Amino acid sequence: MTPKLKSPTRRQLLQMTGGAALAMPFLSIRAAAQTVNLSMLAWYGHAEPDIVGEFEEANNVKFTPKYYTGGDNMLGLIAQSPPGTYDVILSDAEYVQQLNAAGYVQELDPADYPFDDFFPEFQKFPGHWKDDKLFSVITRFGFLGVAYNTDAFTEKEASSYGLYWDDRVTGKLGQFDWHLPNLGQISLYNGNPSPYDIDEATWEKVKETAMSLRPQAGGFFDYGGTFSSLNNGQMLVFSGIGDWITGTLEKNGSPVRTVIPEQGGLQFTESFSIGTGTKNYDMARKWIQWITSPEGQAKSANMAAYPCLIPSQAGWKVLNDTNPAEARRQMMVPGERNVMDLIREGRIQYRQLPVQQSLEDWNDFWSDYKGA
Amino acid sequence: MLSLPLLIWQLAFFLFPLLFLVALSFWTVRNFQMQPDLDFGNWERILTRRAFWDAYLLTALLATASAVLTSLIAFPAAYAISFKVSDRVKQWLIFVLIIPFFTSYLVRVYSLQVFLSDAGIINAFLGFFGLGPILMLNTLFGTLVGLVTLCLPLVVLLQTFSLNFVDRDLVEAAHNLRCGRLRTVLMVIVPSARVGLVIAALFAFILSFGDFVSPLYLGGGNPPTLSIMITDITKSGQQWPRAAVVALMMITTLLTVAFLAIQFAYKERGK
Repeated sequence: MTPKLKSPTRRQLLQMTGGAALAMPFLSIRAAAQTVNLSMLAWYGHAEPDIVGEFEEANNVKFTPKYYTGGDNMLGLIAQSPPGTYDVILSDAEYVQQLNAAGYVQELDPADYPFDDFFPEFQKFPGHWKDDKLFSVITRFGFLGVAYNTDAFTEKEASSYGLYWDDRVTGKLGQFDWHLPNLGQISLYNGNPSPYDIDEATWEKVKETAMSLRPQAGGFFDYGGTFSSLNNGQMLVFSGIGDWITGTLEKNGSPVRTVIPEQGGLQFTESFSIGTGTKNYDMARKWIQWITSPEGQAKSANMAAYPCLIPSQAGWKVLNDTNPAEARRQMMVPGERNVMDLIREGRIQYRQLPVQQSLEDWNDFWSDYKGA
Repeated sequence: MLSLPLLIWQLAFFLFPLLFLVALSFWTVRNFQMQPDLDFGNWERILTRRAFWDAYLLTALLATASAVLTSLIAFPAAYAISFKVSDRVKQWLIFVLIIPFFTSYLVRVYSLQVFLSDAGIINAFLGFFGLGPILMLNTLFGTLVGLVTLCLPLVVLLQTFSLNFVDRDLVEAAHNLRCGRLRTVLMVIVPSARVGLVIAALFAFILSFGDFVSPLYLGGGNPPTLSIMITDITKSGQQWPRAAVVALMMITTLLTVAFLAIQFAYKERGK
């Protein structure tokens, strides 16, 4: 007996189509519900596809970034948002203590993160811990030195902050528009071993030296302006920045580079914390675990927005295997003279908030300096 | 009754925000959080600082220079469009003047860097004659170029519209009385179009006084103007109340200049 196929009537067809159409939104809502939305407060670049794409795909996560420019801006954004607005927060080391003091970040379990992979210098980084409790996990760091145009100056000439006062630099010295790195460099030039922990008399000297530099300044630039003025050769020397800017330009063919001068350089660090009140603690933890894993670290070192050094020895190994040219360019090759040697030789000081003066004092002076 | 929507609009978009700004200027900031307060410290701190007054003077001078320069550059173009071309060409030229508004001002300013930099197009051209390079970028000249770029299309349009309303019989009468071309322009056309010309210059002043982009990207923020100062204050320490003080000083200046300019524009002759 041949089975008789029953053709649906027009009414049945309409019912089926209508039912399917009505069910579709519920299906898509269910699918969407499985995607975790992770909000990230960070410097530009940290939630771009080159960094988070792989993690998003593997964990069905969608990052919602909120980018800031500067630690004060970050603290202001958090202060003006309800708890739980940001799941993960990227911060420079000098601001982690303030995040912690204000209760904006949660205590973390050190056992969750691969500290054993890190160089010893970064296993208990100052500011990230308080009373032996962990609040932030270091993910990258970088040095600030003398950024210079390699067509105009040799590395030897750039190996002293004294280049800022060179006649050839008059009107060609760009300054990153933030007092902390610029005044920190002046403080180092004045021979202060702890550039941010200085008494009043030493602070007055720093101000005096800074004012003597004012005629050299060709302009004060934000992130975009710094890139363009170095790229078009308008500024030949730049203070207050490092490879995080010149590295990106150098990789794109611009004749610029940063050197750590004889007076020493400054170090910034970036670390991830988990925001208080987050509803996605597990996924936030998973993200920090991923970005501090060897693969995540190698990716982070070569971030498209701005490259940085990484604290993970295992990350160095992956970077050397996958991108040896970048590992060499950033001096992260084990067994050769590398960036850890600079730290161990004491040539690098942490960038930090002023210890003996208020932040306002430094900020006011920077305004006076710019307007002079 | 008919003026009610205008009143509501003014209250919602001008008066209430302005009052909030005034209140904000007395607030304090603790741990990067703004707190309602009645503290005069912000006013004292800003108004007693030399850096503020230096920036104020510079901003006022730049805006004045921009208004004068833009008006002078715009007038021949507006005169030609209004008096010398056919209606059809006039329509096309007005359309062309609107085109710059289609492009982001920031993009236009960045593209000006290509012209003004030491290795830019103008200096490359000068180089053919053995001249230069002349420093233009990151100078007050660079800032002025940007401000004129910002204001010029609008000022030409406003001047053109005001010149269109000049009574042609008056111009003809002047010519019949053997008044020369230049004298006709200065003694007949300019006074007749005074209101529009002053309003156009006023717009140039207002736009230039508050502009942030040209002073930063063509002037290199060197030295800073008031708008740059506002961003500096908010960036470090989140001092929005102090920034509100600077903003209120700017608004007060603009209102005063606008009031004086309108008084001048509508002042009757001989009085």
